[in-house]
Amino acid sequence: MFAFITRRIIQAVIVMLIISFIGFTIKHHVGDPVRELVGVSVKASEREALREKLGLNDPFFVQYKNFLKNAVKGDFGISYFFKKPASQVILEKAPATLELVFASSILIILLSIPLGTYCAIKPKSILSRLIMGMSIVGVSIPVFLTAIMLIFLFAVNLHILPSYGRGDTVPILWGMWDTGFLTLDGLKHLILPVIALSSIMLPLFIRLIRAEMMEVMQTEYIKFAFAKGLSKKRIWFVHAFKNTLLPVITVGGVQLGIMIAYTILTETVFQWQGMGFMFLEAVERSDTSLLVAYLMFVGVLFVVVNTIVDIIYGFINPKVRISGTK
Amino acid sequence: MMEHLLEVNNLEVKFKLRTGGLTAIDKVGFTLDKGERLGIVGESGAGKSVTGFSIINLISKPGYISDGEIIFEGKDLTRVSEDVLRHIRGNRISMIFQDPMMTLNPVFTIGEQMAETILAHKNISRKDALEISVEKLRQVHIPSPETRLNQYPHEFSGGMRQRIVIAIALLLDPAIIIADEPTTALDVTIQAEIMELLLELCEKNETGLILITHDLGVVSQVTEKIAVMYAGRIVEIGSTENIVANPLHPYTRGLIKALPGSRGTGEKLYQIPGSMPNLTEMPKGCAFHPRCELAEGECFTTVPELMQRGNFRRLAACHKV
Amino acid sequence: MDKWKKFKESYFLYSFLRDPVAIVSFVVFVFLVLASFTAPFTAPYDPYDTTTISIMDSEIPPVWLEGGEKNFVLGTDSQGRDMLSTMMYGMRVSIIIGIGAVLLQAFLGVVIGLLSGYIGGRVDAFFMRLADIQLSFSTLMVAIFISAIFQTAFGVGKYSEYAVPILVLIIGLAEWPQYARTVRASVLGEKEKEYVEAAKVIGFGSRWIMFRHILPNTLSPVFVISTIQVANAVMSEAALSFLGLGMPVTKPSLGSLINLGFEYIFSGSWWITIFPGILLIVLVLVVNLLGDWLRDVLNPKLYKG
Repeated sequence: MFAFITRRIIQAVIVMLIISFIGFTIKHHVGDPVRELVGVSVKASEREALREKLGLNDPFFVQYKNFLKNAVKGDFGISYFFKKPASQVILEKAPATLELVFASSILIILLSIPLGTYCAIKPKSILSRLIMGMSIVGVSIPVFLTAIMLIFLFAVNLHILPSYGRGDTVPILWGMWDTGFLTLDGLKHLILPVIALSSIMLPLFIRLIRAEMMEVMQTEYIKFAFAKGLSKKRIWFVHAFKNTLLPVITVGGVQLGIMIAYTILTETVFQWQGMGFMFLEAVERSDTSLLVAYLMFVGVLFVVVNTIVDIIYGFINPKVRISGTK
Repeated sequence: MMEHLLEVNNLEVKFKLRTGGLTAIDKVGFTLDKGERLGIVGESGAGKSVTGFSIINLISKPGYISDGEIIFEGKDLTRVSEDVLRHIRGNRISMIFQDPMMTLNPVFTIGEQMAETILAHKNISRKDALEISVEKLRQVHIPSPETRLNQYPHEFSGGMRQRIVIAIALLLDPAIIIADEPTTALDVTIQAEIMELLLELCEKNETGLILITHDLGVVSQVTEKIAVMYAGRIVEIGSTENIVANPLHPYTRGLIKALPGSRGTGEKLYQIPGSMPNLTEMPKGCAFHPRCELAEGECFTTVPELMQRGNFRRLAACHKV
Repeated sequence: MDKWKKFKESYFLYSFLRDPVAIVSFVVFVFLVLASFTAPFTAPYDPYDTTTISIMDSEIPPVWLEGGEKNFVLGTDSQGRDMLSTMMYGMRVSIIIGIGAVLLQAFLGVVIGLLSGYIGGRVDAFFMRLADIQLSFSTLMVAIFISAIFQTAFGVGKYSEYAVPILVLIIGLAEWPQYARTVRASVLGEKEKEYVEAAKVIGFGSRWIMFRHILPNTLSPVFVISTIQVANAVMSEAALSFLGLGMPVTKPSLGSLINLGFEYIFSGSWWITIFPGILLIVLVLVVNLLGDWLRDVLNPKLYKG
């Protein structure tokens, strides 16, 4: 098990290095940091001096090394638009996105497990067909469209939910984190974005759980469980469930990546002041420091989450736990 | 009239397919007494496994029992409620499947899989259930059984896994064990061991055994009665001794002839010409006639009934015998 | 004639004709494709021709609402373009990019998958690691990133000019891992099979074995994922256009139209966003439904009855 964890962590570090390399290459080739910092009205000679000072004339790998050194310290340069260090901007915006993702994940887990299991156990029932039918429709509607339609229905027409922003937030964790969970207004603002963000992932998970569980139900060991005279409840909710969980966890980890991409779309529609919205603005303004910082942050997030998911999988799957290999 | 432990009469199993209905087994009947060992022999697709599964109604959809009765301990298992059936499975009638790696759930320990079987039928403490499990593991000759309880299926060899499966089958001291090709998936060297173990335990506990296999050689050494199946029907049934010494049905004769060793060393192995028909394309009349050297007249038009032939308690389905 | 007869009697056609959902989806899909590709002839207006557009016509509601005009059946957008025509042209762009991108991804993915699976070793490790990274970032993210870089590098003007091929390239590059993985899995499975050993013994070269023997056997799963990938590609393009990273406002796709119209739902001109939205959903839905049906047909589980 220990060997397994160590190997996963090493792989994580390698992936991070590759991501950082890509990020740095982007930063190096796109945009002009000097222009971002001081604008066009500065004299050419002063700009040249600045370039020298910033080390922009050094060879590629020297610059890369410096980049890495700074990155590890959390320094990604200055966002020329916000006039603040890029990392600071991200840390300010991160809570908004993380809360959105967290709330959506909870919703997805709470709904997909019972619905998916039900559809697997009673595939021909009317409810199952309905759920599967809605799943296909759900998957066919792009996330931003769901968001727009939700706003159109609930905010513009029915006026019962707000249409943009996070609402009132309360600072916690020594002021580092502005949360929307603790105010009624914040929670109200959370509802539509969370529904929108979950709307594509939920059907996916329902179908996944249903498919996996149906496959498990066809196995010999489930048949043997019936032959042993075990009760249906035990067979479904203990045996089949645990076996279904394994592949679902693996896929679940990967879906997080897709969720982060969807936050960009959702935050844009709801003017949600999170990292996704910030990213889009950074693109429009060619704010490369911010872009690269976002890439690195998201990269770290993925790698960490995927590694944790892999490790959890390792704990649950006895084949991995005992022998240390997959 | 002595009451049998298990009596199967006129059993018929159909499969409902998109393209129509299919009869998998037809007019299958046999009896089993306490401690008796019956072998059901035939090639793949003859319907032996379907017969085995249907006794405890484990046939997967779209198969279903369409006719017949299965009388066990005073009840007709084809008409009894699912609840009653559940309490018979694993408890009064156990089953052993072919491949022990697929039979045991890979994510649960052996101990859990054994204890849950007992706890599903008896209201005792988990500790007691585990103790019984240890005892049964000992009976199947698994060394240091107490420590083995916490291990997972993949940590055992193929032969050991099948022993565990046998132990699970014996947990509640059933009256009958149905073994569906219990050694086919194992190494040849282990096969004999497992068969011997099964035999030993059945004899000791007076457990009835229904051994389903394609291996006539094994059956001739382990069982007291044999039922030979072909294309979904029993074509011959009788005591093992009689059938092996003097087979009546041409198919059975072919099987005995095909056993290595029956022709002496250096001789070419015998093979029954042709192959068993697909259940969707059954020939008219006797299903075996395309491969039978005795076939003529009636054989092409009428399906032969399983009837008493000769003096001894023997039944065969053939017009020519 | 023979092939047609074979098709008519095939399980493929049989199953299709028995499935009402598949038939309806197919009909709708054909209708949409025809409508969009005959747009230059059948659309009431040409939305790219700036001489026919007048700002005075902007934000006219659909014909059945108060203020609507017979000329503009579904109303007009903020620039005065006829919604119906713009949507038809926009759908054409969406479909072209969708199919184009899938062709590119399929080509890339199949080639890489074949090489990766057959050659193995470092080549395999490299490509699969790359695929893993791309997949975990999610293809949408990768697409957004690549388009962001392209836009910053080429400038918005040039980007808009070549938007269609650029988008095909971006979405194609973002989504090849799916294909590569599927094909590689098939190749790994087929590699072990006896006919490959036999071919090697006979003396066929690697490339020959790969393309003539292994490839045909791996194509079935490729077809299955292709329909879903078309739906995904259309959605990706819509997302990119919505974010402003896709089709420009002068030659809008359905996504750009939705983006354009979004702010107007607050001021009452909801049709600018909602109509293209509905059309997009219908398009993606029918492709998904067809894909689902195709998957069921190509992987028959006999006892589904």
